[in-house]
Amino acid sequence: MQLAGRVSGKVALITGGASGIGRATALLFAHEGAAIALADVNADAGRRVADEITQSGGRVFFDTVDVTRAADCQRLVERAIREFGRIDILFNNAGITRRATVLDLSEEDWDRVMAVNVKSIYLLSREVIPHMQKAGGGTIINTASGWGLAGGAKAAVYCASKGAVVLLTKAMAIDHGPQNIRVNCVCPGDTDTGMLREEAQQLGEENSRFLAEAAKRPLGRVGTPEEIAQAALYLASAASSFVTGTALVVDGGGLARSL
Amino acid sequence: MRLENKVAVITGGTSGIGEAVAELFAREGARVAITGRNESRGHAVMARILEAGGEAIFLRTDVRKAAECQRAVDETLRSFGRLDILFNNAGVFSPQTALECSEEEWDLQIDINLKGTFLMSKYALGPMIAQGGGVIINNSSGWGIVGGDKAVAYCASKGGVVLLTKAMAVDHGRQGIRVNCICPGDVDTPMLPEDARLRGLDWKTYLAGCQNRPLGRIGTVDEIAKAVLFLASDDSSFMTGAALVVDGGGTAD
Repeated sequence: MQLAGRVSGKVALITGGASGIGRATALLFAHEGAAIALADVNADAGRRVADEITQSGGRVFFDTVDVTRAADCQRLVERAIREFGRIDILFNNAGITRRATVLDLSEEDWDRVMAVNVKSIYLLSREVIPHMQKAGGGTIINTASGWGLAGGAKAAVYCASKGAVVLLTKAMAIDHGPQNIRVNCVCPGDTDTGMLREEAQQLGEENSRFLAEAAKRPLGRVGTPEEIAQAALYLASAASSFVTGTALVVDGGGLARSL
Repeated sequence: MRLENKVAVITGGTSGIGEAVAELFAREGARVAITGRNESRGHAVMARILEAGGEAIFLRTDVRKAAECQRAVDETLRSFGRLDILFNNAGVFSPQTALECSEEEWDLQIDINLKGTFLMSKYALGPMIAQGGGVIINNSSGWGIVGGDKAVAYCASKGGVVLLTKAMAVDHGRQGIRVNCICPGDVDTPMLPEDARLRGLDWKTYLAGCQNRPLGRIGTVDEIAKAVLFLASDDSSFMTGAALVVDGGGTAD
């Protein structure tokens, strides 16, 4: 474990931490010296990530959490405070997608995506912010998306939810800046995660064709979870001490042509 | 160290954000070429980096002039053998409405802030592409994405910098070149008291206006330098065409 890590001595709560960007961020933050409160609905995968962190000498606990339930969020935050004494960093990363137009989208899917992608941020933030206020500050990072800034095909609820994340980020930045709580979001482009493969499946497209299409951007490739984790680390660390209310686009140039 | 074996050119490196970036990059292991128009300040920054054990050269350069930009790139290659990072930072500001802004003042701001970015990039891209990649970071502004009062030429130039950034990102991504910009809010540089003076405002009143943002304060040059370091380093390897806003929440509303 590095002594002079970039988030040494900090406590980070990470949702959706069992796979993809959340997992990469948990591993990176632990490597950089933070204690990790790891949450996910997927218990097996979540425990494996926690084991990985423990084995490399990090401090971590995993909790099986449905971030759409207020009681789960409250319990998670209480446990983090009980075990680690504080929360400095909240990474609201849990997210799902449903690739459909509004015509093909069920009301249940609309509600589910909005609950996981947006309401969870509200539910967790309202539990965590009082602790950050007492401690004199903190930093919140939300996972939005390139599709929180520009529209995409057959992604109505995903775009709606991620657009909401971007503006929720800015609204919370305004409310809690005076309490030294910084709130920012990352807007990843297509990243090599399970969700990307699931999207191909939802659209009924062949994986290799879908991935080739996703690579069509100035850098000519999709991103890695580690690259998104580095952006989250920048926003979590003191290096970004004057950054709040920002949407940090990490997309290989995918949006350079968009408004 | 996050920029070991890298070579960086920093325009407007003799004061403010450019100076802070030059010193931070040098501490992180980069060899830095500082450009600027003020020779004595440039030599002072270079001397401080050398004293701290870093490597630096100063190249007197007016970024409005193509030949001088070309020479700055050539001299950097001659001294350090490569060019990995270009920070287009040279910039000027004068507070004027369209009615107040003279043609000379318009040209000065557009030529230094925007054309200088084009010229330096034009000459730096060749060697970067030849060596297989590189990073360009342009210094735009919060006023490159939203309007501000009495700042017509500055807003036009900085808005131009944001879109020049995106256009170059689209053109050169496939050649391994990443191009991003930062959009600082009010930062503790000599530009700020100068602006207050030109607007005829006393410093206290002016500063209070600048501090009126979610974080309740202006930024430091070191905070901007850290954003530039993030964009210059491999930590941002999937970022190109982005505008990184570092403004204490000033444009969140």
